[in-house]
Amino acid sequence: MTDLVPVLSATWGAEQSWTLDTYTEAGGYAPLKKALGMDPGDLVQAVKDSGLRGRGGAGFPTGMKWGFLPPDDGGPRYLVVNADESEPGTCKDIPTMLSAPHQLIEGVAITSFAIGCNHAFIYLRGEVVHVYRRLLQAVREAYEAGHLGKDIHGSGFDLDVTVHAGAGAYICGEETALLDSLEGRRGQPRLKPPFPAVAGLYARPTVVNNVESVASVPAIVDKGVEWFTAMGTERSKGMGLFSLSGHVTCPGQYEAPLGITLRELLEMAGGMRDGHELKFWTPGGSSTPIFTQEQLDTPLDYESVGAAGSMLGTRALQIFDDTTCVVRAVTRWTEFYKHESCGKCTPCREGTFWLTQILKRIEGGRGTEADIQQLLDTCDSIAGRSFCALGDGATSSIVSSVKLFREEYEAHVEQGGCPFDHSASALFEYSDTPATEEAHA
Amino acid sequence: MTYDETTLAQLTEDAAAIIARYPVKRSALLPMLHLVQSVDGFVSPDGIQFCAEQLELTAAEVSAVATFYTQYKRRPNGEYQVGVCTNTLCAVMGGDRIWDELSEHVGVGHDETTEDGSITLERLECNAACDYAPVMMVNWEFFDNQTPESAKQVVDDLRAGKDVAPTRGPAKVCSFKEVSRVLAGFEDGRGDEDQGVGAPTLAGLEVAKEQGWTEGSK
Repeated sequence: MTDLVPVLSATWGAEQSWTLDTYTEAGGYAPLKKALGMDPGDLVQAVKDSGLRGRGGAGFPTGMKWGFLPPDDGGPRYLVVNADESEPGTCKDIPTMLSAPHQLIEGVAITSFAIGCNHAFIYLRGEVVHVYRRLLQAVREAYEAGHLGKDIHGSGFDLDVTVHAGAGAYICGEETALLDSLEGRRGQPRLKPPFPAVAGLYARPTVVNNVESVASVPAIVDKGVEWFTAMGTERSKGMGLFSLSGHVTCPGQYEAPLGITLRELLEMAGGMRDGHELKFWTPGGSSTPIFTQEQLDTPLDYESVGAAGSMLGTRALQIFDDTTCVVRAVTRWTEFYKHESCGKCTPCREGTFWLTQILKRIEGGRGTEADIQQLLDTCDSIAGRSFCALGDGATSSIVSSVKLFREEYEAHVEQGGCPFDHSASALFEYSDTPATEEAHA
Repeated sequence: MTYDETTLAQLTEDAAAIIARYPVKRSALLPMLHLVQSVDGFVSPDGIQFCAEQLELTAAEVSAVATFYTQYKRRPNGEYQVGVCTNTLCAVMGGDRIWDELSEHVGVGHDETTEDGSITLERLECNAACDYAPVMMVNWEFFDNQTPESAKQVVDDLRAGKDVAPTRGPAKVCSFKEVSRVLAGFEDGRGDEDQGVGAPTLAGLEVAKEQGWTEGSK
């Protein structure tokens, strides 16, 4: 049995957990003072040595990202925190910032010092106003306590932090789209290279890191590289938040070493809801190919999940039981990608539109056997051919579900409709009368 | 622009405060569009003109940005933006049914506003609260673990002018305009208000406590 390791989540249950007082009492901002006494280069090296990999989905080594910045040319360089948490299933950064915003602010201060940044930005999705209140308040408290501002704790290091609210666009979670959005433009991905490390915000060297990555930095500074590397697996070090949602008894945030399995997590979460079995799940959000019971014992680390044909992503474990229609689930995800496609590139803009048309036809019982092949062909025209990863992500659940549950697609075609009682999947009781078309207008 | 003198003076002062947060002033555009919504209740032609003048952009450039983001409304919005998550997980857990019943109850569909101007309904994409599914958002505050009945009750209470508290968040849901001002980066003093941290947020922490797993704790 793998033990849970509450690090980021350790103080979430405390009285007024979001305040500076609570955070300081639990030892907060001591790591910042320690870091300010270190050589910035040593801090970068420590994060490299820790093996911390980006917690926003891609898993790129955080320290290496910091190390890609060109040598100081006297001009500004920026840290931008990606707090645009929007990937369906992903719900870890929001509770982190709501319950312990100072963890992120302290991480921002240490990271900025390490990379030589004097103005950091936190780009928060706009649809979580209370999280924004908490971040604004935490930044103000940190300024007042001298953790931000001029000559922080007598170190000579200056740092300003701006918390910026987005306005509703999933694509802004893509780091270059986020930068365009932060510059006051439509959030559309940029051509890479140049990478943000070379030409990022305002065309200056920029590090873009996920909330959880940055919030993990104070603990690494505090407890040391060896403490961090003792957790996790060979190439996936440390702890991470695993977010269980769906048909489980106790959904929620479970902070564990990377490499824990769904079987272990499910046991801690009280198992599947009564009387039902696991049917399929996403290991890392809706952009990652789905798994079934077959992967219950797959270690949830970057390598093992990759070897099993999916991606660890954001550890967003969306869990669906035997009542769930996979065609319904996949159709809805696809509608999401269609809605969120930024429109910049043709494969994604047109492809997600046509995928939605075909899937809705199949789900509605008007599909043909040929439609299933057409789905896969259309996915082939998108995956690897779109401008950014949104297009790839849109195809993941389709391709994996057709492979695993082709007979369910065929059943929709043969029966001329959905064989499932949707009300059986809901958490409350209702009779499954057909929805009025007007309600969907 | 048709803003009266007082409104324009306040807008100009607020815009200057927003612009001062950024090294390059165009970055102020998104918060300024939230600011416009806090005054007009939507991104009005006046608001677009105002942003363009402040940031030395054309009205077309400002419009191009405003139309990209779903939180910016092109028509006067209801006092309460009520969104039911119908992305896959919430939909399957009951969000579809909540949407159907709520939409029928209120009598408007997606992106439509009731005649009295109180409620704008929206089918939401994922709002990062999947462990609390099915989820509804009112003016971007969390209403977790909803049922059709609870959702209808919330909307009825809002329309009756009662104070309504979210399940996680401040003591009451503020109006669309008030919340838009917060999104422009102006604190409203409600940061310490709290409805308690939800059980799913603490789920792992509780298990760790029961088991005496403390290696990671500070």
